[in-house]
Parts: sequence; structure tokens; C-alpha cells
Amino acid sequence: MSKRKEIKLLDEEALRRTITRISHEILERNRGVEGIALIGIRTRGAFIAERLANIIERTEGKRPLLGILDITLYRDDLCTIGEKPIVHATEIPFDVNQKVIVLVDDVLYTGRTVRAALDAIMDFGRPKRVELAVLMDRGYRELPIRADYAGRELSITQNEVVLVRISEVDGVDEVVIKELDETE
Amino acid sequence: MKLNRRDLLGLEELSREEVELILTTANSFREISERPIRKVPALRGKTIVNLFLEPSTRTRSSFELAAKRLSADTVNISASSSSILKGETLLDTARNLQAMKIDAVVIRHASPGAPAFLASKLAVPVINGGDGIHEHPTQGLLDLLTIRDKKGEIEGLKVLIVGDITHSRVARSDIFGLSKLGAEVRVCGPSTLIPREIEKLGVRVHYNIEEALINADVVIVLRLQIERQKGRLVPSVREYRNLFMITQERLSLAKEGTLLMHPGPINRGIELDQEAADSAQSVILDQVTNGIAIRMAILYLLIGVHP
Repeated sequence: MSKRKEIKLLDEEALRRTITRISHEILERNRGVEGIALIGIRTRGAFIAERLANIIERTEGKRPLLGILDITLYRDDLCTIGEKPIVHATEIPFDVNQKVIVLVDDVLYTGRTVRAALDAIMDFGRPKRVELAVLMDRGYRELPIRADYAGRELSITQNEVVLVRISEVDGVDEVVIKELDETE
Repeated sequence: MKLNRRDLLGLEELSREEVELILTTANSFREISERPIRKVPALRGKTIVNLFLEPSTRTRSSFELAAKRLSADTVNISASSSSILKGETLLDTARNLQAMKIDAVVIRHASPGAPAFLASKLAVPVINGGDGIHEHPTQGLLDLLTIRDKKGEIEGLKVLIVGDITHSRVARSDIFGLSKLGAEVRVCGPSTLIPREIEKLGVRVHYNIEEALINADVVIVLRLQIERQKGRLVPSVREYRNLFMITQERLSLAKEGTLLMHPGPINRGIELDQEAADSAQSVILDQVTNGIAIRMAILYLLIGVHP
């Protein structure tokens, strides 16, 4: 355990700037906040979506719709993993029909989480379009899915892991790359 | 955190942590029934058998809807339409079902212990949907969810259960569940319908309804099981009504904002009067809504964990 090295990729300031940039890109591409709904994927995506919403509200004077999605029940490995993950509530307090949904997550890796999230959103209605915003795109996709907005694109090996730490959950704002032990 | 068991046979043997896990999970599931498409793919490809060998509308349809909202397939078997009429034993019925590759059995049976017997013989999870006068765990859990939802916390609440405690599996599950979460439970009813030594479960016994209601945060009214009163345990329905029926007037003796609950079906004008049953304090239909979420949580937590 102790042999694992952490390389810091983003500190608190850099993380803040990255989230700010993504919020501007969302506004630029969609020409404002009208019709946009941010949906964060639990756990960390939900907090990043909230921060994006705060910045957008500050710059545009209007807050985008904001929702939280728990994708546990849509996982493709639900019945093969040993222990059932705890299900948290999904909160989408608006009509998704005809909205531009921006899905928000911390790390994009295999794409399976996003696939699950897309299926979940379709059960709520028929959005006009769905876009994907991630803080870290680390490559190695297993499904044909790509990010519309990415804080950073990395190309790291499968022996490494990107950890996004968000103060609301982890007590600190930072992004690190960590090497996995042989045993992990 | 997980359930440390394959089957759900009763609340008596569950730990407080397990009860809380079920309630938390059920709370997350409630939202699914509010969606335009009330279905998630969690149990796709799983088959659940509802083996209901006693009459039931609420519990059976609730289990069926819970399974369907998780995308599981269901098969319903009732006594009147099954080979049990031809004399097949419970064990043979169950073994045959298992041979058809099912993933769980929900059983309601008139005999206490029938689900436990089945669980000892089958490899798939067995869920007790009510067994005689023993337990009705999912009803107990949905009562807990309803109380927690309305009152915030269960710890320290004064909960009164009124009626035929002896023959009530709901009362037993409620007592186990509520005590586990730290509520103070009282029971009230005719002395002939209160089991001896029930104090050993940590409840207080009252025979006078007015006294029992004082300061109650929650009042759970049980159905007077008229079909079980052949042994003349109450002199008459009229006397029961006079002494124990919950009316608006009696309810005003309880704490302000008290919750009125009933597991259904209600005998209006016997254990509960019309006005009280439909009053603002009544959360009887919330109980029914929460029942689906509880059963979804149980199916989710038990099925597919033990391959």
C-alpha cells in the first residue's frame, strides 16, 4: 500500500479554473443557459454539476436546471458483483423533454457509467440532445462514447488510476494520478 | 454494508443496521414510481414467484409491482388455482418451481414457519409475505419507512398498536422493528386478544384505549379479524367498537399531529371510524405507496447476491 505514488495533476486553483472553463464552453456551445439542464452522476459528478451551475448562474444571471442521477440500478454488472451497492436517490426535479441535458461526471474511462446514465435519462423522457462533460478523460473506452467537454485528456496505463477529490466528499479539491499495486 | 442473510423471514432476526439499510434503499426507490417510465433494469432476466396460499390483494399486487418496476418477471400462484388443490405438498410445489430456474419465492401461508421451512429446502431467497400469526416483515418495514418519513426519526417515538395483538403478524413485525429502532411501543386491546408475557418483548400493555392514547406520536390500528373470532374472544363486535374503535374524538387524546396507520383492509366502523380513516392524520395510503418501495428494496438486496 505505502509504495503507491501519487502525482498531483490539478491543485485546488487549477481545478477551479478547469471547472470554470468547462462552464464557459457549455454556455458558448449552447449560446446561453436557456433550455440547459445539468445532471450530475453520483457521487462526485453531482458536486461538479452543482459547481458548474453556480458559475453559470454568476456569469449569466440565471441558474440552469440541476439534477442528480444515481446509475446503480442501470449498471451492466449489477447481478455479477458480489455485494449490492447502496442505491441513492435520483433527483431530477424537472421535465427532461426537449431539454439539452449536460451529463456531468468526474472521470471518463470505459464509458459504461455514461451508457447507464444515458439509459436512465431516456426513462425520464426525450431530451433534445445529451452532451457529456467530464473533468478527466483518461481514455481506454470500451464503448463508442466520447466527451463533449473535458477538463483534461490523459493517456495513462491501466495500472494507474485518476482520482478526482472534491472537498464535499474528500475534504480536499485536487486531481491525482496514482499507481496501482500489483495486488490491486 | 449488506444484508447478512439469504432470506427475509422476519424482523426479529434482523440487526438494526440491516433494517436501516433496507429503509435507506427503499427511500431511494420511491422516486422510481414517480417517473414517466416506472421501471429500472436492475433485475432484468430474473424470475420471481409469488406463492400466495392465503387471500391477499395489497401484498400480492405490491410484490408484483415491485418486481415489475425492477424489470423482473413474475409468476403468481394462488391456492385456488394450483396443484395444491390436488394435494401436492408445499415442498413438492417449491421444488418444482426451483426446477424451473427461478430467482426468488415470495410466500404467504396460513402456517407460521412455512417460509422458514421453504427456505431450509430451497437454494434461492425466500421472502415472507405473511405467515399465520408469526410475522409480516415487509409490512413492518413499510410501517417503519412511513413513520420515519413523516416524523424524521423513530428513536424515542411513542407508538401505540391497537387491536387483536394475539392474531396479528403485523403487530409482531411492528414491535420487533420499532423496538430495534428505539421507539417506545404500547399495545392496547381486549385482554383476550393480548398474548400473555408480551411485556417480554419490551412493550407496555394497556386495556383502556383513552389511557393508551395519551401522548402517542403514532397510532397503528389493526384489523379486527372477524373470521378469527369464532372462539368468542370478544363478546360482540358492538362491544369492541364501543371500547376500542379509534374515532376522531379518541384520536384527539394523542399528541398533536399524531399519525394514524392501518395495514388494511379496513373494517370501517369497527376498529376505525369513517371520519378518522379519511382524516388528515391518516397516512394509510402512504403506507401502501411505501410498500412498493420496501418490496423493491428487499428484492434488490436479496436477489442475485448468492449465485
